Amino acid sequence: MEAIFFWVLAVGLLVSATALVAFRNPVTNAVCLVVALVMQAALFITLESFFLAAVQVIVYAGAVMVLFLFVIMLLDVREEARRRISRPLMVGVIGIGGGAVFGATKISSLFPSSDKILHWGQSGGGGGAKELGRLLFTSYSPLFLSTGVLLLVATIGVVVLCRKDPEV
Amino acid sequence: MIFGEVTLGHYLALSSLLFLIGLAGVLLRRSLLIVMMSLELLLNAANLALVAVGRFQGLPDPQVAVFFVITVAAAEVSLGLAILVAIFRIQKTTAADQLSTLRF
Repeated sequence: MEAIFFWVLAVGLLVSATALVAFRNPVTNAVCLVVALVMQAALFITLESFFLAAVQVIVYAGAVMVLFLFVIMLLDVREEARRRISRPLMVGVIGIGGGAVFGATKISSLFPSSDKILHWGQSGGGGGAKELGRLLFTSYSPLFLSTGVLLLVATIGVVVLCRKDPEV
Repeated sequence: MIFGEVTLGHYLALSSLLFLIGLAGVLLRRSLLIVMMSLELLLNAANLALVAVGRFQGLPDPQVAVFFVITVAAAEVSLGLAILVAIFRIQKTTAADQLSTLRF
C-alpha cells in the first residue's frame, strides 16, 4: 500500500517538476509548481507528518502561489525564446542524475535505519501539531520568536522596495 | 527489491532527483520568475529529505527544521518578487541575461 502511494506520488512530483523547468509559458509553470507542491504535501502525509502537509498546502500552494501569479499578471511576462540544448549537456545532465540517485542510495545506507521498513501507524506519531507545537514553544522558542522578527522585516522590506516614488 | 517496500533510500533518491531538476531550472532558464520557482523546488527537495530522515530515525526535530525552512522560504519569495518588480519598473525585462548593468 505504502509502495503504491509512494510510486504514484514520486512519478507525479518528478513529472510536474520537469514540466515546470521545460515549459515556457509562465502561467503554465505556475500551475506545474502548484501540482508539484501538492504532490509534495501528499508525500509528507505518506511520511506521517500531517501538520507539515497542512502547512505546505496553506503556505506554499496557497500564499506563495498567489504571490507568484500576482507578479506574473503584474509584469505581463511573455514566453521566453526557445533554447537549443546541446547533446553533451543532455548526456551530462542524465549522467549527473544517475550519479545522484546512486549516491543518495549509498548515503542512505550509512544511516542505521537504512533497510528499516516502516508501515503507517508504526512511527509513534511524531507528526501531529501537538508534538511539533510542544517542541516549537520549548526547545526551539528563541528560533520561533526570531522567525516572527524575520517575517516583520520581510514585510517592511517589501513595502519599502515596491514604493512608487522613493523620496527618502 | 526496488519496487517492493519503500525505504529511506527511495525518499533520498527522489529528493536528490528533485534537487537536480530544480538546479537545472536555476541554471538553464533565463526568466528570473522561473528561476525563483525552481528555487522553491530546491527548498522542497531539502524538506523532503529532512522529513524522510526524521521519520525513519524516529526524531521529531527535522520536522521543526522543515517548519522554519517553509517560513524562511515564504519571506524569501516575497522579498525576491519585490526586487523583481522593482527591477522590472526600471529595466522593463526579467530576463537574467539582459540584466547585466550595475547602475542605470
